[in-house]
Amino acid sequence: MHRRGRGEGGLLIRRPARYSALGLLARGLTGRPWPRLWAQHELRRSYDVVIVGGGVHGLACAYYLAKEHGITNVAVVDKGWLGGGGSGRNTAILRSNYLTPEGIRFYDRSLQLYRAMSGELNFNVMFSQRGHLTLAHSDAALRTMRWRAEVNVLQGVSSCVVDAAQVKALVPSLDVSPHTAHPIVGALYHPPGGTIRHDAVVWGYGRAAAALGVELHQQTEVGDIVVEGGDGPGGKGPGGRVTGVRTSRGDISAPVVVNCAAGWASTVAELAGVTLPITTTPLQAAVTEPVKVFLPAVVVSGSLHVYVSQTDRGELVFGAAVDPVATYSTRGSLEFVEGLASNIVQLMPGVARLRLLRQWAGLCDMTPDYSPVMGVTSVDGFFVDVGWGTYGFKAGPVSGEQMAACIATGRTPALIAPFDLARFTEDRLVGEKGAAAVGH
Amino acid sequence: MLLVVCPHCGPRDAGDFHYLGATSPRPDPATVTEQAWRTYLHLRANVGGWQHETWYCRACRQHVVLERNTLTNEFRDPPVDPLGGVR
Repeated sequence: MHRRGRGEGGLLIRRPARYSALGLLARGLTGRPWPRLWAQHELRRSYDVVIVGGGVHGLACAYYLAKEHGITNVAVVDKGWLGGGGSGRNTAILRSNYLTPEGIRFYDRSLQLYRAMSGELNFNVMFSQRGHLTLAHSDAALRTMRWRAEVNVLQGVSSCVVDAAQVKALVPSLDVSPHTAHPIVGALYHPPGGTIRHDAVVWGYGRAAAALGVELHQQTEVGDIVVEGGDGPGGKGPGGRVTGVRTSRGDISAPVVVNCAAGWASTVAELAGVTLPITTTPLQAAVTEPVKVFLPAVVVSGSLHVYVSQTDRGELVFGAAVDPVATYSTRGSLEFVEGLASNIVQLMPGVARLRLLRQWAGLCDMTPDYSPVMGVTSVDGFFVDVGWGTYGFKAGPVSGEQMAACIATGRTPALIAPFDLARFTEDRLVGEKGAAAVGH
Repeated sequence: MLLVVCPHCGPRDAGDFHYLGATSPRPDPATVTEQAWRTYLHLRANVGGWQHETWYCRACRQHVVLERNTLTNEFRDPPVDPLGGVR
């Protein structure tokens, strides 16, 4: 079951067995344990690339560096565990019905990669393209939906505006009567949208990257980034050059350091003397007890600040707008649950008796233009893939692919060129605010 | 969510306040360079730790500058500048 290859220093390393129906049968019959998804390593003194942050962005970047560009001397370091930040705290909704052409092209590429992912990574990520409805509660909202639908179709993305009766036909549990506080007058329907198992995406990328030689180091916190020749204090900042990182498990020399630290992006960038246009704000989510499947699509209401989908286990997963105060604390609040319950019961009166199982918060690295910050910085060798706000999970694969190309070729790919860090000091902000899932 | 200590009204629920963000000195628009103005508009220290920030208290209708730890949401007592910080 194991393919064997030669690792560094001629040591034999174990490659993970390929998952297959036959393999499942064989292990079922023999009772042999499954191999670990990735091996643990001692931290080495030097790597070609160090990626800070072991979420979907960091792991995808490592995977594409190894697979597409042959750069395998890569370490992904995370102060916690893989997928323990935003990658494990999002509501796992995928869509590409954005507003700006650059946004749509970018997220559509991500959706293509997600569609092919189970096969490519040999890992079932349970992508379910069940359709995505963004509800309009006013004529003004409907007008924006029509605008988005037109731009989507021009970019080759399937989206259309549907009326209240069609909304009812798609999702019978919604109250579309005109007598509610926020009547549903129509919706933007995006059939390719859906949900995925977010942990599986993280584990799939981690396993595939590790099989190509990437080292994954959990509980390895970056305490400092070593920069030489910069204009700022300690030789950091603009004009400097990265030479390595100091971690809680030892120092590493590396010519390239990639910041994929999501909510903690500002604190990591500060270690290199780079200031980002980011504010870290928590976003809360919650899940109910499981019930029989009744919700066939993902439903979003921007006006009521809520989005909901049903998992394969039958739980309803809710998300909302970001909290109104910037903080690194992931503590949940009663206000969130109260507001959520009041809003969701307006949309679907039938769920009023459902009980919430748990709630949690994830950290969102929000930028002023609701678009990410990707590519080079003023410090040579220090790359960023940050500013992912409330939309980072769905962009994981394409971000990894494009960041890997950016690092390997030294050129910024056209797909991410609009999202460069310099736009904030050159007045070229991206106008994506209208397409955020719910109001911010 | 969190308990905010207004220097005039005492501890109140954060829902009674409007959060305006970390306090940063506003450059003089008449003399500032474009680069410095855009830096002021868009770039943020986004401190993980103690920072000075501006809150608007809806009860006493005052802007107040408070010092909060963004990792733990603790407020430092006493408030640094009870009547200042309007921006």
